[in-house]
Amino acid sequence: MDVQATTPLDPRVLDAMLPYLINYYGNPHSRTHAYGWESEAAMERARQQVASLIGADPREIIFTSGATESNNIAIKGVARFYRSRKKHLITTQTEHKCVLDSCRSLEAEGFQVTYLPVQKSGIIDLKELEAAIQPDTSLVSVMTVNNEIGVKQPIAEIGQICSSRKVYFHTDAAQAVGKIPLNVNDMKIDLMSISGHKIYGPKGVGAIYIRRRPRVRVEALQSGGGQERGMRSGTVPTPLVVGLGAACEVAQQEMEYDHKRISKLAERLIQNIMKSLPDVVMNGDPEHHYPGCINLSFAYVEGESLLMALKDVALSSGSACTSASLEPSYVLRAIGTDEDLAHSSIRFGIGRFTTEEEVDYTVEKCIQHVKRLREMSPLWEMVQDGIDLKSIKWTQH
Amino acid sequence: RSPRLPARELSAPARLYHKKVVDHYENPRNVGSLDKTSKNVGTGLVGAPACGDVMKLQIQVDEKGKIVDARFKTFGCGSAIASSSLATEWVKGKTVEEALTIKNTDIAKELCLPPVKLHCSKSLFLAEEKTQLSP
Repeated sequence: MDVQATTPLDPRVLDAMLPYLINYYGNPHSRTHAYGWESEAAMERARQQVASLIGADPREIIFTSGATESNNIAIKGVARFYRSRKKHLITTQTEHKCVLDSCRSLEAEGFQVTYLPVQKSGIIDLKELEAAIQPDTSLVSVMTVNNEIGVKQPIAEIGQICSSRKVYFHTDAAQAVGKIPLNVNDMKIDLMSISGHKIYGPKGVGAIYIRRRPRVRVEALQSGGGQERGMRSGTVPTPLVVGLGAACEVAQQEMEYDHKRISKLAERLIQNIMKSLPDVVMNGDPEHHYPGCINLSFAYVEGESLLMALKDVALSSGSACTSASLEPSYVLRAIGTDEDLAHSSIRFGIGRFTTEEEVDYTVEKCIQHVKRLREMSPLWEMVQDGIDLKSIKWTQH
Repeated sequence: RSPRLPARELSAPARLYHKKVVDHYENPRNVGSLDKTSKNVGTGLVGAPACGDVMKLQIQVDEKGKIVDARFKTFGCGSAIASSSLATEWVKGKTVEEALTIKNTDIAKELCLPPVKLHCSKSLFLAEEKTQLSP
């Protein structure tokens, strides 16, 4: 139940990819023979499939190796192209690491970046965004759906603000594409990052949407033979992009049904856990929320020990022990979660192929082990005795 | 809705928990509490919820200074729980002075803890120290 990390291939996607892994192995940029022509046709078909999922023109879709590369292109590419006149960017504190790291590397190049804080709900304050925009701001980057807590940002409103202030708007939509309806024109999005393996497509492929009207200029990151309109040189991997295209088409067909089913399962998981266990907190706004990504904190129980208990379920935690450093998740910190609750958080992911049995099993094990671990917890004991944990002077070590 | 592969037998990669840690975690020894108001019982509480590690260690000492019983409760990761459990096993039957000689590196070695988990056993040691100071 860790679909935010990655998803299995939808069988229909595999079906679409196989011919291009076996017989149709031509390089889509080979102009002179049928191998090339048929690969090119497949690539362009895939491009149309991706474009139609987000309401774009196929000429606005560039294939990349994944959302990380797309984010790099969007942020560094736009910033560097306009660097003579514009030196400022805006993003949020809850973005994916590749966005934050790209911004950090731009700061080392002399750019200035504003990292907007988020409210307790996980959503940015639109007034703060407006106030942060300066005359020399080139780009605003805000992710559509957060990968840790599932919170949905007000993309259409942000698009409106950016368009009226003539600032480009980029959104990392890796967790949102194919799951919630997106339209780059209605939402006034100028650049968008798409990831293949988050939407039941193959790993190693993604795309970036770059608006043509009005044209967004981007400095290419990768130099070479000029493929993908010069924005991303390198042979386009036909089987992978065919997979991405098929995944997008399937997602468009299944979006409504998937959303309904996942919402029901999410509701079931949350209700059943909360009615059997006290002191469970859901991190992130419950209303502006993608149902398939549920982040819960179980007070007085540490996250990693709970993951160890739920060993036959694939889950992930915002606890320090599971990351390489001893710091808990920066996203949870940004929404103001108390540090001890941040150590107690688990992320449950529900996807297209998650079954009701799996959800029920996970809920049952979770309840059983949280109860067991609370019996072993000195904090739970103290709370049962009526002690206010916030009044204790803890010793550091 | 789609054909699923049968659940695979997960073989624990070397990076994951050592058998001993899992054993102590699933069958922890000496979880619980001793009567903290009793004169023979010493209680030590170390760590902070903000660090993700809180350990409570209690020992019951007889008139000759020998530890006859020990209990623990831990808020922390699997390694922290295992370290506490192992420590309560080790201190039983020792005198207070002998128990103080147990080092956190001994515990880490016994459980084959990776370097990043050393701090979990360290806080245990501190808890021990505090416990000695109480009665």
